[in-house]
Amino acid sequence: MCVLAHVLEDAGIATVVLASMRPVAKRMNVPRVLYCEFPLGRPLGMPDNAQFQHGVLAAAFDLLNAPSGPVLVDYPEVVEAVETPLACALPPRYDPDIAPSIDEAQGLRAAYDRAVARRGATEVGRAVDADGVAAALGDLERVAAGEHWKEVYGPRLDTIAIAHDIRAYYQEAALELAGGPPPGARQAEAWFYEETEAGKTLAAARDALTEQEAPSGITFYMQPVGR
Amino acid sequence: MSSDQVMRDMMANLPVPEFESTPWASSPPLSEATVAIVTSAGLHRADQERFEGRGDTSYRMLDRGDRELILGHWSSNFDRAAYVSDHNVVYPIDRLEELAADGTIGAVAPRHVAFAGNQPDTVSEVRLDTGPAAAAEFRADGVDVAILTPV
Repeated sequence: MCVLAHVLEDAGIATVVLASMRPVAKRMNVPRVLYCEFPLGRPLGMPDNAQFQHGVLAAAFDLLNAPSGPVLVDYPEVVEAVETPLACALPPRYDPDIAPSIDEAQGLRAAYDRAVARRGATEVGRAVDADGVAAALGDLERVAAGEHWKEVYGPRLDTIAIAHDIRAYYQEAALELAGGPPPGARQAEAWFYEETEAGKTLAAARDALTEQEAPSGITFYMQPVGR
Repeated sequence: MSSDQVMRDMMANLPVPEFESTPWASSPPLSEATVAIVTSAGLHRADQERFEGRGDTSYRMLDRGDRELILGHWSSNFDRAAYVSDHNVVYPIDRLEELAADGTIGAVAPRHVAFAGNQPDTVSEVRLDTGPAAAAEFRADGVDVAILTPV
């Protein structure tokens, strides 16, 4: 972002960066920075809150009045992440003959489909689509149970994309089931990793991959830093 | 410590490209300015090519009317659910439309730009190639001001 600010200014376009990393913005001599201490992933602070978003934009545009730079201003309101899990019911166990994670994923399908119909888009689809989520969990179950990842996947394994798709499928279903205003930042993440069978499967598979000494590029993005 | 603070601490000491000076473009009064969004969230339409994993220096042009864009940034280390609830929390295009309608800004740019934020430390391709190419597209569209939104 900060590099692009330099490039755009060099081309004659005035910029304001809504920075989320204050020291990085400061060290890079960016012309105009509004540092916003909001949860990462929310540069405008609050979803479904036009008034709050307009407040941030007004403060950003105000920096265009500075006669010279660099200018770095802290936005006065801080928004904290909420790390308690989203309150969202999980489907009851339905088919005892399949792994709990697969049973659970299938039970969330109707909510996921409603979410996609409502929004008209889905984040699922980097490695698998919604139809492939159950099979993707099945593969992770095999790794978690001790099979070597190369036997399950062959030489190439894109766990970043697989983990992304499973988590996105769950989170889109959860937002639909929970209803109401958007949850605090990290609440959907906490629900997925702490309460769902799929989250537990992903964690177990990552532990197994680590034991198998799979390259760190395979394991690193399976869970957020700190989990 | 919160996950966001862990990330902020991790990033605080990363090497960054050095810029000895600060360029400074002037803009017309805001009420006459054409405003565009640049995001590093890797947004793209379903019919556009996805961003590759780490180190994809390309960009996507987004038309003013595009909505329901896909969040193509690869990291798992930020809240992705907020964007699903409201794209404006990352890409405040509806807010810009409101500001244009009430005369606060001159116009909403016809096109906006998305890069993907996971970049190599040098960022030299963005600096020398794709960044200037995106800037040239903005200039062709008469963009005066850009708001940059990272995730």
